[in-house]
Amino acid sequence: MVKNLSIGVLGIQGDVSEHVISMRNAFDKTKKANGEVFIVKYKEEIDDIDALIFPGGESSTISNILYKSGLFETIIDRIKDNSLPIIGTCAGCILLAKKIVGKTNDDLKLLNAMDIEVERNAFGRQKFSFERNININGFTKPYYAVFIRAPRIIKTSGNCEILAKIDKKIIMARQDKFLALSFHPELTRDTRIHEFFINMIV
Amino acid sequence: MIESDESKLKIGTALLKKGFAKMQKGGVVMDVTNSEQAGIAEDSGAVAVMALERVPADIRADGGVARMADPAVIQEIMDSVNIPVMAKVRIGHFAEAYALESLGVDMIDESEVLTPADPFYHVDKRKFKVPFVCGCRNLGEAVRRIWEGAAMIRTKGEAGTGNIIEAIRHQRMVQGMIKKVGDMDNSELHKLAKEYSESYINSIKTITGETVNDDTLIFEEYTYKVVKNGIYKILDDIKRVHQRLPVVNFAAGGIATPSDAAIMMLLGSDGVFVGSGIFKSNNPKERAKAIVEAVANYNDPEIIAKVSKNLGDAMPGLEIEKIPQGELFQERGW
Repeated sequence: MVKNLSIGVLGIQGDVSEHVISMRNAFDKTKKANGEVFIVKYKEEIDDIDALIFPGGESSTISNILYKSGLFETIIDRIKDNSLPIIGTCAGCILLAKKIVGKTNDDLKLLNAMDIEVERNAFGRQKFSFERNININGFTKPYYAVFIRAPRIIKTSGNCEILAKIDKKIIMARQDKFLALSFHPELTRDTRIHEFFINMIV
Repeated sequence: MIESDESKLKIGTALLKKGFAKMQKGGVVMDVTNSEQAGIAEDSGAVAVMALERVPADIRADGGVARMADPAVIQEIMDSVNIPVMAKVRIGHFAEAYALESLGVDMIDESEVLTPADPFYHVDKRKFKVPFVCGCRNLGEAVRRIWEGAAMIRTKGEAGTGNIIEAIRHQRMVQGMIKKVGDMDNSELHKLAKEYSESYINSIKTITGETVNDDTLIFEEYTYKVVKNGIYKILDDIKRVHQRLPVVNFAAGGIATPSDAAIMMLLGSDGVFVGSGIFKSNNPKERAKAIVEAVANYNDPEIIAKVSKNLGDAMPGLEIEKIPQGELFQERGW
Protein backbone atom coordinates (compact mmCIF):
# COMPACT_ATOMS: atom_id res chain seq x y z
CA MET A 1 0.00 0.00 0.00
CA VAL A 2 1.24 3.47 -0.82
CA LYS A 3 1.98 5.53 2.22
CA ASN A 4 0.53 8.95 2.91
CA LEU A 5 3.04 11.43 4.31
CA SER A 6 2.66 14.89 5.80
CA ILE A 7 5.75 16.99 5.30
CA GLY A 8 6.26 20.33 6.98
CA VAL A 9 8.52 23.08 5.71
CA LEU A 10 9.77 25.23 8.58
CA GLY A 11 8.28 28.64 7.82
CA ILE A 12 10.30 30.92 10.05
CA GLN A 13 12.59 32.51 7.48
CA GLY A 14 14.25 31.73 4.16
CA ASP A 15 13.22 30.15 0.86
CA VAL A 16 10.23 28.32 2.29
CA SER A 17 7.84 28.40 -0.69
CA GLU A 18 10.57 27.00 -2.99
CA HIS A 19 10.83 23.89 -0.83
CA VAL A 20 7.05 23.46 -0.74
CA ILE A 21 6.98 23.47 -4.54
CA SER A 22 10.00 21.14 -4.93
CA MET A 23 8.60 18.65 -2.44
CA ARG A 24 5.18 18.67 -4.11
CA ASN A 25 6.85 18.08 -7.47
CA ALA A 26 8.86 15.24 -5.94
CA PHE A 27 5.65 13.59 -4.71
CA ASP A 28 4.17 13.95 -8.20
CA LYS A 29 7.15 12.05 -9.64
CA THR A 30 7.73 9.30 -7.13
CA LYS A 31 5.49 6.26 -6.88
CA LYS A 32 6.76 5.45 -3.40
CA ALA A 33 4.36 7.63 -1.42
CA ASN A 34 1.64 10.22 -1.57
CA GLY A 35 2.09 13.30 0.43
CA GLU A 36 0.93 16.69 1.42
CA VAL A 37 3.37 19.51 2.02
CA PHE A 38 2.67 22.58 4.08
CA ILE A 39 4.39 25.35 5.98
CA VAL A 40 4.79 24.88 9.75
CA LYS A 41 5.42 27.72 12.17
CA TYR A 42 3.93 26.68 15.48
CA LYS A 43 4.67 24.01 18.08
CA GLU A 44 1.29 22.33 17.72
CA GLU A 45 1.86 21.78 14.01
CA ILE A 46 5.01 19.73 14.64
CA ASP A 47 2.91 16.92 16.15
CA ASP A 48 1.05 16.48 12.86
CA ILE A 49 3.98 15.97 10.51
CA ASP A 50 5.94 12.88 9.46
CA ALA A 51 9.02 14.81 8.36
CA LEU A 52 10.42 18.33 8.36
CA ILE A 53 12.35 20.48 5.91
CA PHE A 54 14.74 23.17 7.14
CA PRO A 55 15.03 25.63 4.26
CA GLY A 56 17.88 27.88 3.24
CA GLY A 57 18.05 31.25 4.93
CA GLU A 58 20.12 32.80 7.67
CA SER A 59 20.97 30.18 10.28
CA SER A 60 21.33 32.74 13.08
CA THR A 61 17.86 34.20 12.37
CA ILE A 62 16.16 30.81 12.12
CA SER A 63 17.88 29.50 15.26
CA ASN A 64 16.96 32.65 17.17
CA ILE A 65 13.23 32.49 16.36
CA LEU A 66 13.11 28.70 16.76
CA TYR A 67 14.36 29.08 20.27
CA LYS A 68 12.10 31.99 21.24
CA SER A 69 8.97 30.33 19.87
CA GLY A 70 9.49 27.10 21.80
CA LEU A 71 9.62 25.18 18.52
CA PHE A 72 13.22 24.29 19.30
CA GLU A 73 12.29 22.11 22.31
CA THR A 74 9.42 20.46 20.45
CA ILE A 75 11.66 19.54 17.53
CA ILE A 76 14.47 18.35 19.82
CA ASP A 77 12.00 16.05 21.60
CA ARG A 78 11.01 14.44 18.33
CA ILE A 79 14.65 14.17 17.25
CA LYS A 80 15.43 12.33 20.49
CA ASP A 81 12.47 9.97 19.90
CA ASN A 82 13.87 9.39 16.45
CA SER A 83 10.38 10.15 15.13
CA LEU A 84 11.06 13.16 12.92
CA PRO A 85 13.17 12.79 9.76
CA ILE A 86 14.65 16.12 8.68
CA ILE A 87 16.30 17.45 5.54
CA GLY A 88 18.37 20.61 6.07
CA THR A 89 19.63 22.72 3.18
CA CYS A 90 22.35 25.34 3.70
CA ALA A 91 21.18 27.12 6.88
CA GLY A 92 19.29 23.91 7.68
CA CYS A 93 22.52 21.92 7.38
CA ILE A 94 24.08 24.17 10.02
CA LEU A 95 21.16 23.74 12.41
CA LEU A 96 21.32 19.93 12.17
CA ALA A 97 24.97 19.93 13.25
CA LYS A 98 26.39 19.34 16.69
CA LYS A 99 29.12 21.95 16.38
CA ILE A 100 30.06 25.02 14.38
CA VAL A 101 33.73 25.50 13.64
CA GLY A 102 35.28 28.94 13.22
CA LYS A 103 33.91 32.45 13.79
CA THR A 104 30.46 32.09 15.30
CA ASN A 105 27.64 33.82 17.02
CA ASP A 106 27.31 32.64 20.64
CA ASP A 107 23.51 32.68 20.47
CA LEU A 108 23.32 30.13 17.71
CA LYS A 109 21.58 27.11 19.17
CA LEU A 110 21.96 23.86 17.25
CA LEU A 111 19.64 20.86 17.09
CA ASN A 112 22.50 18.40 17.43
CA ALA A 113 20.69 15.88 15.22
CA MET A 114 23.71 14.68 13.27
CA ASP A 115 27.32 13.88 14.09
CA ILE A 116 28.63 16.63 11.86
CA GLU A 117 30.75 19.72 12.44
CA VAL A 118 30.13 22.56 10.02
CA GLU A 119 31.80 25.75 8.92
CA ARG A 120 29.57 28.67 7.91
CA ASN A 121 30.30 30.57 4.66
CA ALA A 122 33.00 28.01 3.91
CA PHE A 123 33.35 29.03 0.26
CA GLY A 124 33.43 32.78 0.86
CA ARG A 125 31.08 35.69 0.42
CA GLN A 126 28.27 36.03 -2.13
CA LYS A 127 30.55 36.92 -5.06
CA PHE A 128 32.09 33.44 -4.68
CA SER A 129 28.70 31.69 -4.62
CA PHE A 130 28.61 29.14 -7.45
CA GLU A 131 26.69 26.50 -9.35
CA ARG A 132 28.19 23.29 -10.73
CA ASN A 133 27.68 19.59 -11.31
CA ILE A 134 28.39 17.31 -8.38
CA ASN A 135 28.40 13.54 -8.01
CA ILE A 136 26.21 12.10 -5.30
CA ASN A 137 26.70 8.53 -4.04
CA GLY A 138 23.94 6.35 -5.40
CA PHE A 139 22.82 8.86 -8.08
CA THR A 140 23.41 7.58 -11.61
CA LYS A 141 23.73 11.04 -13.17
CA PRO A 142 25.48 14.20 -11.92
CA TYR A 143 23.41 16.69 -9.97
CA TYR A 144 23.53 20.41 -10.80
CA ALA A 145 23.92 22.11 -7.42
CA VAL A 146 23.56 25.74 -6.36
CA PHE A 147 25.79 26.97 -3.53
CA ILE A 148 24.97 30.34 -1.94
CA ARG A 149 27.33 31.54 0.79
CA ALA A 150 27.40 27.85 1.49
CA PRO A 151 28.54 26.05 4.61
CA ARG A 152 30.52 22.84 4.43
CA ILE A 153 30.73 19.81 6.65
CA ILE A 154 34.20 19.72 8.14
CA LYS A 155 33.93 16.42 9.92
CA THR A 156 31.53 13.52 10.34
CA SER A 157 31.52 10.80 12.99
CA GLY A 158 29.38 7.93 14.24
CA ASN A 159 27.25 6.28 11.57
CA CYS A 160 27.11 9.44 9.49
CA GLU A 161 27.55 8.65 5.79
CA ILE A 162 29.19 11.11 3.41
CA LEU A 163 27.17 11.34 0.19
CA ALA A 164 28.98 14.04 -1.79
CA LYS A 165 32.18 16.04 -1.82
CA ILE A 166 33.70 18.68 -4.01
CA ASP A 167 37.46 19.13 -3.88
CA LYS A 168 37.63 17.09 -0.67
CA LYS A 169 35.01 19.30 0.98
CA ILE A 170 31.96 17.44 2.28
CA ILE A 171 28.74 18.96 0.98
CA MET A 172 26.14 16.27 1.66
CA ALA A 173 25.76 13.70 4.41
CA ARG A 174 23.16 11.37 5.83
CA GLN A 175 22.73 9.88 9.26
CA ASP A 176 19.73 7.71 10.08
CA LYS A 177 16.76 9.76 8.88
CA PHE A 178 18.57 13.08 8.69
CA LEU A 179 19.96 14.56 5.51
CA ALA A 180 22.24 17.62 5.43
CA LEU A 181 23.20 19.55 2.29
CA SER A 182 25.43 22.59 1.75
CA PHE A 183 23.49 23.52 -1.37
CA HIS A 184 19.96 24.34 -2.51
CA PRO A 185 18.05 21.58 -4.34
CA GLU A 186 14.95 23.79 -4.01
CA LEU A 187 16.37 26.37 -6.43
CA THR A 188 16.45 24.06 -9.44
CA ARG A 189 13.85 21.82 -11.06
CA ASP A 190 15.72 18.60 -10.42
CA THR A 191 13.67 16.91 -7.69
CA ARG A 192 15.93 13.88 -7.20
CA ILE A 193 17.11 14.98 -3.75
CA HIS A 194 13.58 15.56 -2.49
CA GLU A 195 12.64 12.14 -3.93
CA PHE A 196 15.68 10.61 -2.22
CA PHE A 197 14.40 12.05 1.07
CA ILE A 198 10.96 10.53 0.46
CA ASN A 199 12.64 7.16 -0.14
CA MET A 200 14.56 7.59 3.11
CA ILE A 201 11.43 8.00 5.18
CA VAL A 202 8.86 5.63 3.68
CA MET B 1 38.10 29.38 -3.82
CA ILE B 2 37.74 26.04 -5.59
CA GLU B 3 41.17 24.84 -6.65
CA SER B 4 40.21 22.31 -9.29
CA ASP B 5 37.49 22.07 -11.91
CA GLU B 6 37.38 25.85 -12.15
CA SER B 7 36.02 25.63 -15.69
CA LYS B 8 32.99 23.65 -14.57
CA LEU B 9 31.61 26.12 -12.11
CA LYS B 10 29.64 29.29 -12.74
CA ILE B 11 29.58 32.37 -10.57
CA GLY B 12 27.57 35.60 -10.68
CA THR B 13 24.61 34.06 -12.54
CA ALA B 14 21.06 35.39 -12.31
CA LEU B 15 20.11 32.19 -10.44
CA LEU B 16 22.75 32.83 -7.77
CA LYS B 17 21.83 36.48 -7.44
CA LYS B 18 18.09 35.86 -7.19
CA GLY B 19 18.80 32.85 -4.99
CA PHE B 20 20.71 35.01 -2.54
CA ALA B 21 17.70 37.33 -2.32
CA LYS B 22 15.40 34.35 -1.67
CA MET B 23 17.50 33.39 1.36
CA GLN B 24 16.60 36.77 2.87
CA LYS B 25 12.83 36.18 2.71
CA GLY B 26 10.94 36.56 5.96
CA GLY B 27 13.79 38.57 7.41
CA VAL B 28 14.82 42.02 8.56
CA VAL B 29 17.77 43.90 7.07
CA MET B 30 19.04 46.57 9.47
CA ASP B 31 21.01 49.74 8.77
CA VAL B 32 24.17 49.90 10.88
CA THR B 33 27.05 52.35 11.04
CA ASN B 34 29.69 50.42 13.01
CA SER B 35 30.63 46.93 14.18
CA GLU B 36 28.92 47.36 17.55
CA GLN B 37 25.57 48.08 15.90
CA ALA B 38 26.19 45.24 13.44
CA GLY B 39 26.69 42.89 16.40
CA ILE B 40 23.41 44.04 17.95
CA ALA B 41 21.65 43.49 14.64
CA GLU B 42 23.09 39.99 14.24
CA ASP B 43 22.28 38.99 17.83
CA SER B 44 18.73 40.22 17.45
CA GLY B 45 18.18 37.96 14.43
CA ALA B 46 18.68 40.27 11.43
CA VAL B 47 19.16 38.37 8.16
CA ALA B 48 21.66 40.97 6.92
CA VAL B 49 22.98 44.41 7.71
CA MET B 50 23.24 47.50 5.51
CA ALA B 51 26.60 49.14 6.21
CA LEU B 52 26.41 52.94 6.18
CA GLU B 53 28.29 55.98 7.44
CA ARG B 54 25.05 57.67 8.45
CA VAL B 55 21.49 56.36 8.76
CA PRO B 56 18.93 58.03 6.45
CA ALA B 57 17.53 60.30 9.19
CA ASP B 58 21.01 61.81 9.64
CA ILE B 59 21.59 62.04 5.89
CA ARG B 60 18.33 63.99 5.68
CA ALA B 61 19.25 66.23 8.61
CA ASP B 62 22.81 66.89 7.44
CA GLY B 63 21.95 67.70 3.82
CA GLY B 64 24.71 67.92 1.21
CA VAL B 65 25.76 65.16 -1.18
CA ALA B 66 25.47 61.66 0.25
CA ARG B 67 27.88 59.12 -1.30
CA MET B 68 28.96 55.50 -0.92
CA ALA B 69 30.23 54.87 2.63
CA ASP B 70 33.94 54.77 3.46
CA PRO B 71 35.07 51.23 2.51
CA ALA B 72 36.94 51.06 5.84
CA VAL B 73 33.59 51.37 7.66
CA ILE B 74 32.05 48.70 5.43
CA GLN B 75 35.08 46.41 5.85
CA GLU B 76 34.98 46.74 9.63
CA ILE B 77 31.34 45.65 9.59
CA MET B 78 32.05 42.79 7.16
CA ASP B 79 34.77 41.51 9.48
CA SER B 80 32.56 41.65 12.56
CA VAL B 81 29.51 39.58 11.56
CA ASN B 82 28.64 36.24 9.93
CA ILE B 83 25.44 37.45 8.28
CA PRO B 84 25.54 39.09 4.83
CA VAL B 85 26.57 42.72 4.52
CA MET B 86 24.95 45.07 2.01
CA ALA B 87 26.03 48.60 1.13
CA LYS B 88 24.60 51.47 -0.86
CA VAL B 89 25.75 53.17 -4.06
CA ARG B 90 24.37 56.29 -5.69
CA ILE B 91 21.84 55.74 -8.50
CA GLY B 92 23.80 55.09 -11.71
CA HIS B 93 27.23 55.19 -10.04
CA PHE B 94 28.69 52.00 -11.46
CA ALA B 95 32.22 52.86 -10.32
CA GLU B 96 31.07 52.91 -6.70
CA ALA B 97 29.34 49.60 -7.42
CA TYR B 98 32.49 48.00 -8.85
CA ALA B 99 34.40 49.20 -5.78
CA LEU B 100 31.85 47.56 -3.46
CA GLU B 101 31.89 44.39 -5.53
CA SER B 102 35.66 44.17 -5.22
CA LEU B 103 35.40 44.79 -1.49
CA GLY B 104 33.11 41.75 -1.32
CA VAL B 105 29.80 43.13 -0.07
CA ASP B 106 27.10 40.52 -0.50
CA MET B 107 24.47 42.78 -2.07
CA ILE B 108 24.54 46.32 -3.45
CA ASP B 109 21.65 48.71 -2.85
CA GLU B 110 21.36 51.23 -5.69
CA SER B 111 19.68 53.69 -3.42
CA GLU B 112 17.72 56.91 -3.62
CA VAL B 113 18.81 57.64 -0.04
CA LEU B 114 22.18 58.69 -1.51
CA THR B 115 22.40 61.60 -3.93
CA PRO B 116 21.86 60.30 -7.48
CA ALA B 117 24.98 60.28 -9.66
CA ASP B 118 23.56 59.78 -13.16
CA PRO B 119 20.63 61.90 -14.40
CA PHE B 120 19.88 59.44 -17.24
CA TYR B 121 20.62 55.86 -16.30
CA HIS B 122 20.53 53.39 -13.47
CA VAL B 123 23.36 50.86 -13.21
CA ASP B 124 23.32 47.95 -15.69
CA LYS B 125 23.18 45.41 -12.92
CA ARG B 126 23.62 42.37 -15.17
CA LYS B 127 27.29 43.27 -15.54
CA PHE B 128 27.97 42.47 -11.87
CA LYS B 129 28.65 39.23 -10.04
CA VAL B 130 27.02 40.50 -6.86
CA PRO B 131 23.26 40.92 -6.63
CA PHE B 132 21.55 44.31 -6.50
CA VAL B 133 18.49 45.57 -4.66
CA CYS B 134 16.73 48.65 -6.04
CA GLY B 135 13.91 50.86 -4.85
CA CYS B 136 10.57 51.40 -6.56
CA ARG B 137 7.39 53.40 -6.05
CA ASN B 138 5.26 51.54 -8.57
CA LEU B 139 5.25 48.56 -10.91
CA GLY B 140 6.90 50.49 -13.74
CA GLU B 141 9.96 51.31 -11.65
CA ALA B 142 10.07 47.75 -10.32
CA VAL B 143 9.92 46.19 -13.77
CA ARG B 144 12.60 48.51 -15.18
CA ARG B 145 14.97 47.66 -12.33
CA ILE B 146 14.26 43.94 -12.76
CA TRP B 147 14.93 44.24 -16.47
CA GLU B 148 18.25 45.95 -15.65
CA GLY B 149 19.14 42.91 -13.51
CA ALA B 150 18.01 43.73 -9.96
CA ALA B 151 17.75 40.52 -7.90
CA MET B 152 15.56 42.14 -5.28
CA ILE B 153 13.11 45.03 -5.22
CA ARG B 154 12.29 47.13 -2.23
CA THR B 155 9.42 49.54 -2.21
CA LYS B 156 10.97 52.93 -1.46
CA GLY B 157 8.75 54.44 1.17
CA GLU B 158 10.32 57.64 2.48
CA ALA B 159 13.55 56.81 4.28
CA GLY B 160 14.55 58.56 7.48
CA THR B 161 11.03 59.68 8.38
CA GLY B 162 9.79 56.91 10.68
CA ASN B 163 6.51 57.45 8.83
CA ILE B 164 4.99 54.36 7.24
CA ILE B 165 2.57 56.07 4.87
CA GLU B 166 4.85 56.13 1.82
CA ALA B 167 5.95 52.52 2.32
CA ILE B 168 2.30 51.49 2.31
CA ARG B 169 1.52 53.74 -0.65
CA HIS B 170 4.27 52.14 -2.74
CA GLN B 171 3.43 48.57 -1.78
CA ARG B 172 -0.24 49.17 -2.64
CA MET B 173 0.76 50.78 -5.94
CA VAL B 174 2.82 47.72 -6.87
CA GLN B 175 0.34 45.09 -5.66
CA GLY B 176 -2.66 46.85 -7.17
CA MET B 177 -1.01 47.07 -10.55
CA ILE B 178 0.10 43.42 -10.44
CA LYS B 179 -3.56 42.49 -10.00
CA LYS B 180 -4.49 44.65 -12.96
CA VAL B 181 -1.76 43.07 -15.10
CA GLY B 182 -3.34 39.70 -14.32
CA ASP B 183 -6.51 40.82 -16.08
CA MET B 184 -4.82 42.32 -19.13
CA ASP B 185 -4.89 40.76 -22.57
CA ASN B 186 -1.83 40.53 -24.76
CA SER B 187 -2.27 43.83 -26.57
CA GLU B 188 -2.78 45.64 -23.27
CA LEU B 189 0.43 44.06 -21.94
CA HIS B 190 2.33 45.27 -25.02
CA LYS B 191 0.89 48.74 -24.53
CA LEU B 192 1.94 48.76 -20.87
CA ALA B 193 5.44 47.52 -21.79
CA LYS B 194 5.71 50.45 -24.20
CA GLU B 195 4.57 52.86 -21.50
CA TYR B 196 7.09 51.42 -19.01
CA SER B 197 9.89 51.83 -21.58
CA GLU B 198 9.12 55.54 -22.00
CA SER B 199 11.61 56.80 -19.43
CA TYR B 200 14.56 55.23 -21.29
CA ILE B 201 13.37 57.08 -24.39
CA ASN B 202 13.16 60.34 -22.48
CA SER B 203 16.79 59.97 -21.43
CA ILE B 204 18.06 59.33 -24.95
CA LYS B 205 15.92 62.14 -26.37
CA THR B 206 17.47 64.58 -23.91
CA ILE B 207 20.96 63.40 -24.78
CA THR B 208 20.76 63.30 -28.59
CA GLY B 209 17.61 65.27 -29.40
CA GLU B 210 16.74 62.59 -31.97
CA THR B 211 13.56 60.60 -32.34
CA VAL B 212 13.81 57.00 -31.27
CA ASN B 213 12.99 53.97 -33.44
CA ASP B 214 13.13 50.25 -32.72
CA ASP B 215 16.85 50.05 -33.51
CA THR B 216 17.99 53.05 -31.45
CA LEU B 217 20.27 52.12 -28.56
CA ILE B 218 18.48 53.40 -25.47
CA PHE B 219 20.28 51.70 -22.58
CA GLU B 220 23.88 50.45 -22.79
CA GLU B 221 24.02 48.01 -25.74
CA TYR B 222 20.25 47.48 -25.84
CA THR B 223 17.92 48.83 -28.53
CA TYR B 224 14.44 50.20 -27.88
CA LYS B 225 13.00 47.00 -29.35
CA VAL B 226 15.02 44.79 -27.00
CA VAL B 227 14.08 46.88 -23.96
CA LYS B 228 10.38 46.89 -24.87
CA ASN B 229 10.36 43.12 -25.44
CA GLY B 230 12.29 42.49 -22.23
CA ILE B 231 9.80 44.51 -20.24
CA TYR B 232 6.89 42.80 -21.99
CA LYS B 233 8.40 39.41 -21.07
CA ILE B 234 8.58 40.39 -17.38
CA LEU B 235 4.97 41.62 -17.40
CA ASP B 236 3.83 38.44 -19.16
CA ASP B 237 5.68 36.35 -16.53
CA ILE B 238 3.97 38.32 -13.76
CA LYS B 239 0.60 37.59 -15.35
CA ARG B 240 1.09 33.95 -16.28
CA VAL B 241 3.67 32.49 -13.91
CA HIS B 242 4.15 34.47 -10.72
CA GLN B 243 1.05 36.61 -9.98
CA ARG B 244 3.58 38.69 -8.06
CA LEU B 245 6.97 40.29 -8.77
CA PRO B 246 9.36 37.70 -10.22
CA VAL B 247 12.01 38.65 -7.65
CA VAL B 248 11.96 39.02 -3.87
CA ASN B 249 10.14 42.18 -2.77
CA PHE B 250 11.01 43.86 0.54
CA ALA B 251 9.49 46.96 2.09
CA ALA B 252 11.54 49.95 3.21
CA GLY B 253 11.39 53.60 4.11
CA GLY B 254 9.57 54.48 7.32
CA ILE B 255 9.31 51.25 9.31
CA ALA B 256 9.68 52.16 12.99
CA THR B 257 7.60 49.68 15.01
CA PRO B 258 6.81 45.94 15.09
CA SER B 259 3.32 46.72 13.76
CA ASP B 260 4.81 48.73 10.90
CA ALA B 261 6.84 45.68 9.94
CA ALA B 262 3.80 43.41 10.30
CA ILE B 263 1.54 45.55 8.12
CA MET B 264 4.12 45.56 5.32
CA MET B 265 4.29 41.74 5.50
CA LEU B 266 0.48 41.51 5.51
CA LEU B 267 0.41 43.71 2.41
CA GLY B 268 2.58 41.17 0.59
CA SER B 269 6.20 42.14 1.32
CA ASP B 270 8.72 39.28 1.60
CA GLY B 271 10.66 41.04 4.35
CA VAL B 272 11.65 44.51 5.54
CA PHE B 273 14.52 46.95 5.64
CA VAL B 274 14.71 49.02 8.79
CA GLY B 275 16.91 52.07 8.42
CA SER B 276 16.83 54.74 11.05
CA GLY B 277 14.01 52.99 12.93
CA ILE B 278 16.26 50.91 15.16
CA PHE B 279 19.33 52.93 16.04
CA LYS B 280 17.41 56.23 16.21
CA SER B 281 15.06 54.76 18.81
CA ASN B 282 15.91 54.88 22.48
CA ASN B 283 16.19 51.11 22.97
CA PRO B 284 17.77 49.68 19.81
CA LYS B 285 18.46 46.18 21.18
CA GLU B 286 14.91 45.47 22.25
CA ARG B 287 13.38 47.18 19.23
CA ALA B 288 15.57 45.20 16.86
CA LYS B 289 14.51 41.91 18.45
CA ALA B 290 10.87 42.95 18.48
CA ILE B 291 10.86 43.82 14.78
CA VAL B 292 12.52 40.50 13.90
CA GLU B 293 9.84 38.63 15.85
CA ALA B 294 7.11 40.72 14.30
CA VAL B 295 8.26 39.83 10.79
CA ALA B 296 8.53 36.12 11.60
CA ASN B 297 5.05 36.17 13.19
CA TYR B 298 3.38 38.91 11.17
CA ASN B 299 0.03 37.14 11.07
CA ASP B 300 -0.13 36.56 14.82
CA PRO B 301 -1.54 39.68 16.54
CA GLU B 302 -0.88 38.26 20.01
CA ILE B 303 2.82 38.09 19.34
CA ILE B 304 2.84 41.57 17.75
CA ALA B 305 1.14 42.95 20.87
CA LYS B 306 3.55 41.11 23.16
CA VAL B 307 6.75 42.23 21.45
CA SER B 308 5.49 45.82 21.19
CA LYS B 309 5.30 46.25 24.97
CA ASN B 310 7.69 48.61 26.75
CA LEU B 311 9.93 49.33 23.81
CA GLY B 312 10.33 52.98 24.82
CA ASP B 313 10.17 55.80 22.31
CA ALA B 314 10.33 55.01 18.62
CA MET B 315 12.43 57.32 16.45
CA PRO B 316 10.97 60.82 16.20
CA GLY B 317 8.81 60.87 13.07
CA LEU B 318 8.43 63.31 10.21
CA GLU B 319 5.24 64.27 8.43
CA ILE B 320 5.67 63.89 4.69
CA GLU B 321 3.88 67.24 4.00
CA LYS B 322 6.43 69.04 6.18
CA ILE B 323 9.34 67.86 4.02
CA PRO B 324 10.30 70.73 1.69
CA GLN B 325 9.71 70.33 -2.06
CA GLY B 326 12.56 68.52 -3.75
CA GLU B 327 13.79 66.86 -0.57
CA LEU B 328 11.80 63.65 -0.92
CA PHE B 329 14.22 60.75 -1.43
CA GLN B 330 11.55 58.70 -3.20
CA GLU B 331 11.46 61.07 -6.17
CA ARG B 332 15.03 60.20 -7.05
CA GLY B 333 15.37 57.64 -9.85
CA TRP B 334 12.64 56.82 -12.33
